[in-house]
Amino acid sequence: MKHLVNTWFAEQLSEHGMYTNYLADHHPKQMPCLEIRFIDWEKAAETARRLEMRLVAVWATEGGFHEQDEGTYVYMSFAHPEHRHALVRTLLGKTRREIPSISKHYIAASRMERHIQDMFGIEVTNTPDERRWIKHEHWPEYAYPLLRSFDRNTRMERAEGEYPFVQSDSEGVYEIPVGPVHAGIIEPGQFRFLAVGEQILNMEQRLGFVHKGIEKSMQGRTAEQGVRLAARVSGDSTVGHAWAFAQACEYAADIRVSKRTSYLRGVLCERERMVNHIGDIGAICNDAAFSFMHNQCLRLREDMARQHARLFGHRLMMDTITPGGVTIDLSQQESSELIDDTRQLAAEVEHLRTIYADNPSIQERVIGSGSVSISDARDIGLLGYAGRASGDYPDERIEEAYPPYDDLDVNVPQGKLGDVATRVWVRFEEISDSARMIIQLLENLPEGDIQTQWHAPEAGVSGFSAIEAWRGEIACWLRFGENGVIDRYFVRDPSVINWLGLELAVREVPVPDFPLNNKSFNCSYSGNDV
Amino acid sequence: MMRILKQLVKVGTITEPLGDANNDIEQVGEKLEPIIRKRFAGSLAIRAVDAGSCNGCELEIHAANNAYYDIERFGICFTASPRFADMLLVTGPVTRNMETALKMTFDAMPQPALVVAMGDCAANCGVFGRDNYAIAGAVSDIIPVDVIIHGCPPTPTDIIRGILTALES
Repeated sequence: MKHLVNTWFAEQLSEHGMYTNYLADHHPKQMPCLEIRFIDWEKAAETARRLEMRLVAVWATEGGFHEQDEGTYVYMSFAHPEHRHALVRTLLGKTRREIPSISKHYIAASRMERHIQDMFGIEVTNTPDERRWIKHEHWPEYAYPLLRSFDRNTRMERAEGEYPFVQSDSEGVYEIPVGPVHAGIIEPGQFRFLAVGEQILNMEQRLGFVHKGIEKSMQGRTAEQGVRLAARVSGDSTVGHAWAFAQACEYAADIRVSKRTSYLRGVLCERERMVNHIGDIGAICNDAAFSFMHNQCLRLREDMARQHARLFGHRLMMDTITPGGVTIDLSQQESSELIDDTRQLAAEVEHLRTIYADNPSIQERVIGSGSVSISDARDIGLLGYAGRASGDYPDERIEEAYPPYDDLDVNVPQGKLGDVATRVWVRFEEISDSARMIIQLLENLPEGDIQTQWHAPEAGVSGFSAIEAWRGEIACWLRFGENGVIDRYFVRDPSVINWLGLELAVREVPVPDFPLNNKSFNCSYSGNDV
Repeated sequence: MMRILKQLVKVGTITEPLGDANNDIEQVGEKLEPIIRKRFAGSLAIRAVDAGSCNGCELEIHAANNAYYDIERFGICFTASPRFADMLLVTGPVTRNMETALKMTFDAMPQPALVVAMGDCAANCGVFGRDNYAIAGAVSDIIPVDVIIHGCPPTPTDIIRGILTALES
């Protein structure tokens, strides 16, 4: 891994007349955090956009230990395919409670800014969307949960109010309200369709129903306790979230995990990618009444879950990653068993793929449905398979090349059309590439310990990590407090950004094709709502 | 088509006899009158509601529908409308933002309705904790619960065992 200080973004900002200062207590150095002046906030975003960086996240935090009582900070982080990640932060001070919106430059910032507004009471000015997001209408106005003065145990009374959905009074436009309890066995959220005849004119999402106060709840936990919570940010992406959390902790504490640990983490993460893609391909086919594929995929998914229970002690591989290590190890025999299993699985998927590809009734439904152009994908900053299907390929395994991916070649499938068919195609490609990498990792599994002694860093030290989980990049930032406990935690699931891709994709799509599109993105509600 | 048929023949029937539960299943509610039990027998419609889960429990409910467990062989099916549902299967700690939706779903069901709280979060708020502004409580704090299935998440066998417990005990 490259451990050089990444100075590129700071140089670019200073060329544009902005003063920057490296934060000493932020790690890792290859993803530096730059302090900028408040007046440069929007200009920094504009510069990043002009440099063709993508927005990773925007978030806020209250002053911690080195900057006791100094007020609130807002952060944003960007990534560039060559020059990688850089974080920027600015101080709002004790009295200032507003920040200019950067959503003019990055549309995906809008929801994250609304989150800041809901959680901290910081007014985002010049924003296209002032509505509440996570904080539903029945929360009292005064409730700003991430302020230090807000007790985590607060029982809030219920307020009255209604969420103002986008409306249309054009002739022939009707509304279809959906949710929060959906028809299937899925997570809750509201969709409001505006439709004309069969075509969707606009689909609006309204999320936040499964907001569990995870950011607040993380405060005061040790890293070892916290990783169990992080593993449940989104249960289908448990390895990805636990890894992102553990890696941020390890960066902050300057702990390097053993090569064996990182190889095993890679195996877990790629197995998670395979199992979810297999499940989703089946579910997409099921939404087009191709139940054969659904049942076959469910069978393979179950085979994998049982293998995971046998080898890793948990069907979904929960709680296998800890700060500094992994809780599971593989013997020589188990390792070769997993190699055989993975190889056989990949072969079965390839076989099913030929049946899928030759089936006209499913192809008719998926080809050309819900296209997202490459320029739209870049504007939104779509991640993972959603971005790759449109021809944009942000992939942390290549950009950041954290271990074990520094020892591997990741073949990122390169789509173009950005429709349901391409998103399915990308997933098939990723399944076979993940299988190849799992086999390579297991065949070359280095000897060594699976746990490095964990010790928390000093109070005030922060860490940032970006992990390519199965849905795409998970970004995680955290700061330690006194006595080795976590003081602040922020996590951005790829769904926060990819939900916007779905809204765009289903415009002018017939209403009955919405489920296909929805499944092809399969964004997490829980990961979005935290 | 030939390839589909060939694949079906090759895989064959993989459905297994139901195993023993791995996690605890707690009977907490009043027992049902035998007459009602008899009426449910052979046919039970379930409305699943995620009241705040991490989606882990949902994955395992899906797995209970796969060919290995084949929950439908017990006459159990999942329905989209609470109006036809005999049982409410609730996952997750009940978030403040889902509390009303959960109550409304329960109220929309014909009574007597069975309620199964599935997973450690539904049982006791799990890792998210009760001391949390965003969480209204465990499922039993919001609506009456008949059976609790523990586990994070419970296995498909636990889920089916738990549902049968609610029906049979």
